[in-house]
Amino acid sequence: MQPSRRRSSFPVHIAVFLAPAVLLYTLFMVFPLINSLRLSFFGISDQNQLYFAGLKNYIKLFTDSNFAPFFWRALRNNFVFFAVHMLVQNPIGLLLAALLAEGGRIRNFFRTVIFMPTVLSVVIIGFIWQLILNPLWGVAESMLKAISLGSWFGPWLGKPETALVTVSLISVWQFVGIPMILFYAALISIPDELTEAARVDGATSWDTFWRVKFPLILPTVGIVSVLTFVGNFNAFDLIYTMKGANAGPDFATDIMGTFFYRTFFGQQLQLGNPTMGATVAAMMFLIILTGVMLYMFLWARRVQTYEL
Amino acid sequence: MKSTPLYRLQQFIGKSIPIILLTIYSLIAVFPIVMILINSFKDKSAIFGAPFQFPNMETFSLIGYETVAKRATFSIYFLNSSIVTFTALLLTLFIGAMAAFALAEYDFRGNALLALYLSIGIMIPIRLGTVGILRLMVALKLVNTLTGLILIYVAQALPMTIFILSQFMRQVPKDLKDAMRIDGASEYRIFGMVLPLVRPAIGAIGIFTMIPIWNDLWFPLIISPSAKTATVTLGVQQFLGQWVSDWNAVLSSLTLAMIPILIVYLIFSRQMIRSITAGAVK
Repeated sequence: MQPSRRRSSFPVHIAVFLAPAVLLYTLFMVFPLINSLRLSFFGISDQNQLYFAGLKNYIKLFTDSNFAPFFWRALRNNFVFFAVHMLVQNPIGLLLAALLAEGGRIRNFFRTVIFMPTVLSVVIIGFIWQLILNPLWGVAESMLKAISLGSWFGPWLGKPETALVTVSLISVWQFVGIPMILFYAALISIPDELTEAARVDGATSWDTFWRVKFPLILPTVGIVSVLTFVGNFNAFDLIYTMKGANAGPDFATDIMGTFFYRTFFGQQLQLGNPTMGATVAAMMFLIILTGVMLYMFLWARRVQTYEL
Repeated sequence: MKSTPLYRLQQFIGKSIPIILLTIYSLIAVFPIVMILINSFKDKSAIFGAPFQFPNMETFSLIGYETVAKRATFSIYFLNSSIVTFTALLLTLFIGAMAAFALAEYDFRGNALLALYLSIGIMIPIRLGTVGILRLMVALKLVNTLTGLILIYVAQALPMTIFILSQFMRQVPKDLKDAMRIDGASEYRIFGMVLPLVRPAIGAIGIFTMIPIWNDLWFPLIISPSAKTATVTLGVQQFLGQWVSDWNAVLSSLTLAMIPILIVYLIFSRQMIRSITAGAVK
């Protein structure tokens, strides 16, 4: 872009500008990540010595009765967790964004309020909802009674059938602000002339939204989806706070993050195993990488980005 | 036709429905937070007897805050969180701005490749390298230190910071920099001149860097779980359990943990949201 850049021997000042960032990033992010992947091919002997184990850890993860059932359950639960976010969080985020995009002073207030839970720590959110849903306090129950749905109330967090969906919805409640703000940014960048033209042609606002605006924000739909995917398959804090490392009841809320933590650090009956932990992390890496690649090559390439 | 009362009614309803929906959702969003805040200032019988009421003369009580204050540990957590967050933030912004300036300003060999290398970290979460990070921290004797946490957070925040700042730095007019070069200014002085020009971007990135660091549970739990180095987030997670039956103390400590972030958010929410939407408009 700038034509007059110099291109000769590597000048000292460029190295000075780049060195701290490149060194810190390489030493504390790239190197540990590669080392983790490498360790997934190693075992640890009783004398605490590393030895090369080939694919043994992976075979163990997929076949050993101490790992395989947990791995598959965590993976399945994680897909449920992701599905709830895609089906509830992102559509609500889109709806709120569409309502906010109309503009006006009062909507800035709504925007600020709705985004608020997103900036709080997941740990705080976990505790807050544990208290709200606690039958001892009865806040959720009285709320439901007030709209005559009192009979719905149950110990949702304690029952294996409902616990996973409940924690997923709490996470949705917290993070709906992110898709909302990204969709909102995309919607307000659509030039008025485009929607004006549709309106003059007699289109209803419903039609205008789905036929004019939505196709224009498809790139954002892709970005929101891939961010949701990466965030969900890396989630840990909420389940650990609300249900502990064992992701109870009976591992009903166990996802990859909690499974990784338990494998790495151990649990009541089993000692932690760093190289098995590295193996679980490597699987998470593969899953996340697959998601990102699918997005980059299948979605981002096909969906046209309109120059507005 | 256009002035009939029916048409006007339709218009009114059409205008009100979005506001009604937004009001309902806003209530859903703040309700749990408000419940914690108001009940933290009430005595125990009022917490259970009338949870939806604001504290009044009879029910007002600071007993929970007194319990929390007696265990001085909470102030240590605040201090730890503040040290970690602000040091990591300053380092990220300064180091990130330097790298972003180099990538935006100079056309050296390998520029594009280096930019790509640095941006891998935007999509791949640093948590996946935890096994390697813990080994590294053990080797560097940084376990249970705030320094270890700071270094991890800087590494985690750098990719996004560099990516966004270099885009902003490309927009700084070339004439300005060239005029300084003709006057004999060093490249470092030019960097010093460009920095204030991208201040709005630095501010927005600052807030987005700060919040995840303050809120993080994973690395304090794994790298520095000792009581001396615990952050507020870890402190709330680990030590709230001891007050399980003391609702006053639980509600007050949750409120104390929320307040700093809520204040920062309410002060900067405009800029924060504007920075996201500004990127989109361009």
